[in-house]
Amino acid sequence: MTGAQRESAFKAWYKSGDPWIWMTGGAVAISLLLVIGLLGLIAVRGLAHFWPADVVQASYEVPGKAPMNVLGELLDSELASKSRLASAGLPVEGDKEFYDRYLFKVGNRDIYGSDFRYVIDDWLVERDYPKDITVFERLEWGNLYGWIESVSENGEVVASGEQAWDALLKRQKRADQLRADIEKIEKHDIGKINYALEKLRLERRGLEMRDALNAQAEQDIATQEAALQTRYRGYEEQLIELYGQITRDSVSVRVMTGETLTVELSKVVRVFRPNAMGVFGKLGHYAAKLWEFVADEPREANTEGGIFPAIFGTVLMVLLMSVFVTPFGVVAALYLREYAKQGFMTRTIRIAVNNLAGVPSIVYGVFGLGFFVYFLGGSIDALFFPEALPTPTFGTGGILWASLTLAILTLPVVIVATEEGLARIPRSLREASLALGATKAETLWKVVLPMASPAMMTGLILAVARAAGEVAPLMLVGVVKLAPSLPLDGNMPFIHLDRKFMHLGFHIYDVGFQSPNVEAARPLVYATALLLVLVIIALNLFAVRVRNRLREKYRALEH
Amino acid sequence: MSNASDTTDGTVFASPGLMKWRYTKDKLAAAGVTVGGLGVIFAVVLIFFYLLWVVLPIFKPASLEPWNQFALPADSGDRSLLYAIDEQGEIGLRVSGDGRLRFFSLSDGALRDELALDELLVAASHVDEASRTIAVLTETQRIVLLQHQYRLNYPTDGSERTITPRIEFPYGRDGLDAPVGDIMAVREDQDLLTLAVADEARITLSQFEKSTSFFDESVSLEALGEQTLILPRQIDALIMDPLQDWLYAFNYQHAEIYYYDIRRFDEPKLIETVSAAEYGDAITAVNMLSGGLSLVVATTDSKITQYFPLRSEQGADYTLQRVRSFAAAEGAVVETLLTEQRRRGFMSLAANGTLGAYFSTSERELAEQKLEVSGLQIGAISPRANVVLVEHANRGIQTIKLHNEHPEVSFKALWGKIWYESYPEPDYTWQSSAANSDFEPKFSLSPLAFGTLKAAFYAMLFAVPLALAGAIYTAYFMSSGLRQLVKPAIEVMEALPTVILGFLAGLWLAPFIETHLPGVFLMILFLPITLPLTGWLWTKAPASVRHRVPDGWQPLLLILPIILSSLLALSLSQPIEAAFFHGSLPHWLDNEMGITYDQRNSLVVGLAMGFAVIPTIFSIAEDAVFSVPKQLTQGSLALGATPWQTLVRVILPTASPGMFSALMIGFGRAVGETMIVLMATGNTPIMDFNIFEGFRTLSANIAVEMPESEVGSTHFRILFLAGLVLFLFTFVFNTLAEIIRQRLRSKYSNL
Repeated sequence: MTGAQRESAFKAWYKSGDPWIWMTGGAVAISLLLVIGLLGLIAVRGLAHFWPADVVQASYEVPGKAPMNVLGELLDSELASKSRLASAGLPVEGDKEFYDRYLFKVGNRDIYGSDFRYVIDDWLVERDYPKDITVFERLEWGNLYGWIESVSENGEVVASGEQAWDALLKRQKRADQLRADIEKIEKHDIGKINYALEKLRLERRGLEMRDALNAQAEQDIATQEAALQTRYRGYEEQLIELYGQITRDSVSVRVMTGETLTVELSKVVRVFRPNAMGVFGKLGHYAAKLWEFVADEPREANTEGGIFPAIFGTVLMVLLMSVFVTPFGVVAALYLREYAKQGFMTRTIRIAVNNLAGVPSIVYGVFGLGFFVYFLGGSIDALFFPEALPTPTFGTGGILWASLTLAILTLPVVIVATEEGLARIPRSLREASLALGATKAETLWKVVLPMASPAMMTGLILAVARAAGEVAPLMLVGVVKLAPSLPLDGNMPFIHLDRKFMHLGFHIYDVGFQSPNVEAARPLVYATALLLVLVIIALNLFAVRVRNRLREKYRALEH
Repeated sequence: MSNASDTTDGTVFASPGLMKWRYTKDKLAAAGVTVGGLGVIFAVVLIFFYLLWVVLPIFKPASLEPWNQFALPADSGDRSLLYAIDEQGEIGLRVSGDGRLRFFSLSDGALRDELALDELLVAASHVDEASRTIAVLTETQRIVLLQHQYRLNYPTDGSERTITPRIEFPYGRDGLDAPVGDIMAVREDQDLLTLAVADEARITLSQFEKSTSFFDESVSLEALGEQTLILPRQIDALIMDPLQDWLYAFNYQHAEIYYYDIRRFDEPKLIETVSAAEYGDAITAVNMLSGGLSLVVATTDSKITQYFPLRSEQGADYTLQRVRSFAAAEGAVVETLLTEQRRRGFMSLAANGTLGAYFSTSERELAEQKLEVSGLQIGAISPRANVVLVEHANRGIQTIKLHNEHPEVSFKALWGKIWYESYPEPDYTWQSSAANSDFEPKFSLSPLAFGTLKAAFYAMLFAVPLALAGAIYTAYFMSSGLRQLVKPAIEVMEALPTVILGFLAGLWLAPFIETHLPGVFLMILFLPITLPLTGWLWTKAPASVRHRVPDGWQPLLLILPIILSSLLALSLSQPIEAAFFHGSLPHWLDNEMGITYDQRNSLVVGLAMGFAVIPTIFSIAEDAVFSVPKQLTQGSLALGATPWQTLVRVILPTASPGMFSALMIGFGRAVGETMIVLMATGNTPIMDFNIFEGFRTLSANIAVEMPESEVGSTHFRILFLAGLVLFLFTFVFNTLAEIIRQRLRSKYSNL
């Protein structure tokens, strides 16, 4: 091929429009890569968090300064330019333009003030992974890295050296058990008594306000209160006893700076030696951490521990919302499709309903706050809970208002999906039913609705998926960063619609952006995000499957 | 016949009773569904009307409603010097020349309490309205500070609450020695108390230092000294600002304002003499607006003008800036200006009995009312600005109810440039609250609307090319097997919670872009080259390889080149920064180019929100292209057009309305998105096109400020207005898009 030929070949190729086809194809490829990259990023970061990283011991030698012994986990690395490091006050001399910089988790926040520091890769020398480094996950102050010196009982050393590790594990089990007992009494039993006492206080106040507080009623309330107080004192004694037992054991830990720290076992959640673990040991640890993540309460301003209350709050809110949205959505769709006279009016309504799905979610939040919380909630408080005022009962954000707000938000989704399902049902089926003498209602109930139920299901699933991911409106109508109690518990009437709740999406926003220790919280946010994404994608894929199935089913009927 | 409908279990479907029951059920169901369906639709419409209902009161005009009229309580024929009203608007206080302070009921004028100072008074003025402190100047040249206090009692027997007024003397009953004169201005703060007394053309200033005793917390005053100012003309009024920085003296006849700097008490100096009106017109009344910055000056040319001290651009020098003028009632001479305590509102009292209400920030003349009485000289506005009392010429008092909840709002205040206090020039500003109570709220929605459009613009800039090109390829070129995988994959993105995108944008993307800025721009440069280049190289690949990949699988071939060229761009990023930008492009932009670089900026939002709207646009546009009737395409191809020609000449024109509606819906989504902008920008309400700076959108503003907003306040209602604006905007946009789509659909069905 000569040059001219090659040129004309290129010209021909250009003229055929092929480059543009490749460009458009590239757009698809880029979009796909973005999706996959995003999901991959969340998955990798979220899942890696639970893996027990090896703890490195090293000497950190900043040029011109005395070497320093450091101990901790190496996390992210990045390439940092010389000028950036120099402006951070580091003595970067020499001709290297870029340095590898690690985020180094040193833990021991009570000693160093911060869990994290940046280290330059080149200056971290004499790295070693000693097997006997122990990691303590604590209730306060984050992780502690160090070597066990001895285990003490009531201040007296009972084991040291090699035996200390086994003694520690055994005693840790005991402390865990005690802590569980204490939590049960504090949260469950005493919580119940407090709830009952508050009920009595409101009852008395209510009677006072109605001028119905006679001696008899007062006597009754006082007796009940006294009984509760007695029970309370009983629990209190148990607690004192348990606290006495749990503070018994402590462990002395030598940290990198050479100091020895005494840690009460009651403050330790978990001890492990990552460097001594095999793959299976690590897997076991991983599973335990994963379980803690989904099943436990958050600790340390939500930066550690689990997200169970957020999962619970999200699920309950979504369930409540489904209860509201399904009947109303289906009835509205039935009316629009089966009963209303088709014409300009229904077309307009249909367009309007469709467009409500595009109205920003924050607008629903504003509506929910104004209408549900202040207007409805305020009226309910004035009518039914005057004794609690000025503390609002329903006149403040709560799970009821949140689920109602989201029900309105997702109503268009359900209406549209149900209508689509109704429209797909072949006319012949209806006509057959009517011809056999069934009334319209019977036809709908016995023939049309059962056939349309997968469509309603699709709508509901899509609504649930949308509601689970919405955050903006919830911020106005009742979501909180840390709810003291779940909206569902063992106290009558078991479900407390006025309570505030935690939510996965809001948890991500709050921990990621409002947390005092963002660096420590970040992995947890990734993990939460991963959970939320998985749930929502699963719901969506499920909805798509149901819809496709449905389409296939009726295609056969449509001759 | 009935046998025919018998079933095996013996139920008779056609028995008259059952038939009746079945028809009743049918009717009931029809009624139930209709009522339910209409109810749901009504509930949805309710959203709009509820928002409107909350918003409407801010547009309600103010009104003045004459209330009670009564004679001066316990009138002794003396001149009234000062009036004040209690917090609840129930009790008035009159200070008169005979040295008596009389509390009276505002509903009937009945005397409630009286205190005699045993000295005749020549002047009285407000010192601090928040602590209800006033100063009186006695004939024997002493200044006495006193506070009018009110105690609320809620009797236990359920009868009405009572208010008990009383007078307290924070510095004792004797008062302070005062210079000679009959016009006075007194101010105090934590540490200092300053008196200014004018006599003809001379002002004497004296200052005291306050010290609080440790034992009984009583306050004692220590004189710091005296200063005398001689003015060219006689003085008719004196005003001092609460911080005791400035002193304003007024000559009414020549309409002159003398603006003094008394910040350094030892060297008070005249900054400038301002002429308040044209030659021949005179000043008739002056007062200071709440906040202690602005003066309002009424002149005989029927104007009320606002002034405030403004720092010159060079720095230290101040001038008294004329800001805006209000038209007073035609032909009425404003005798007195009353100012509100907590807002920047004021009222004019005219000799002919006309009452005018104004608001400075929103530049509104709120209401005007001609009273039956005339000769209005003096009066007071209650602290909550809902009751006004004026004294008229017939030695009587007229009370007026003022309905004026939201004077801060006007079209100009919401959308136009407003000259706020201490601002060098009119500006668009949103600043709804501040730490101190003297704050002037700034409710301009312009920066928020600007931020909203800016965010949407950058998002569309990123999303439109990708989404439309992707939609075209997927619908037209892609093999159907691949399409069934790709389409749901991209559509599932739509369900991705935006809080996750926002979180990634704020905590991952923003720092990433900051450290790889040149790489990001290189990517934008490299990718459009890589794509056709790969195509060209593919034509050079051996036929055996080429034929193994069917048509319509280009995206899969492109994945590797895209990844490689992106990695190349990113790996070049830091060498480029090191070579050309002193190691950091953001720093370089900031230092060398003067372009502010925020870590969380419009670029980050554009990418993140673009990502969020891609699936919306993609999905609708793909449908539009895909539903172009196949016979059109086949006709074009059969006539010899290339696939690309067919696309450009046949498919795109047909599908363009649908693609346009996709863009509109995508834009609507970008406008209303909250979490991404909330998390990925700094949320500062600025108006700047700079892609490296942040902004605040309407939706993020609602999310940030709504929880702290007081229910029913102007701020609360303006946030609702922002919600309503968003609602209407997206609703109109989506409706238009939907109508276009429906048109298109009916057009196709004809083909």
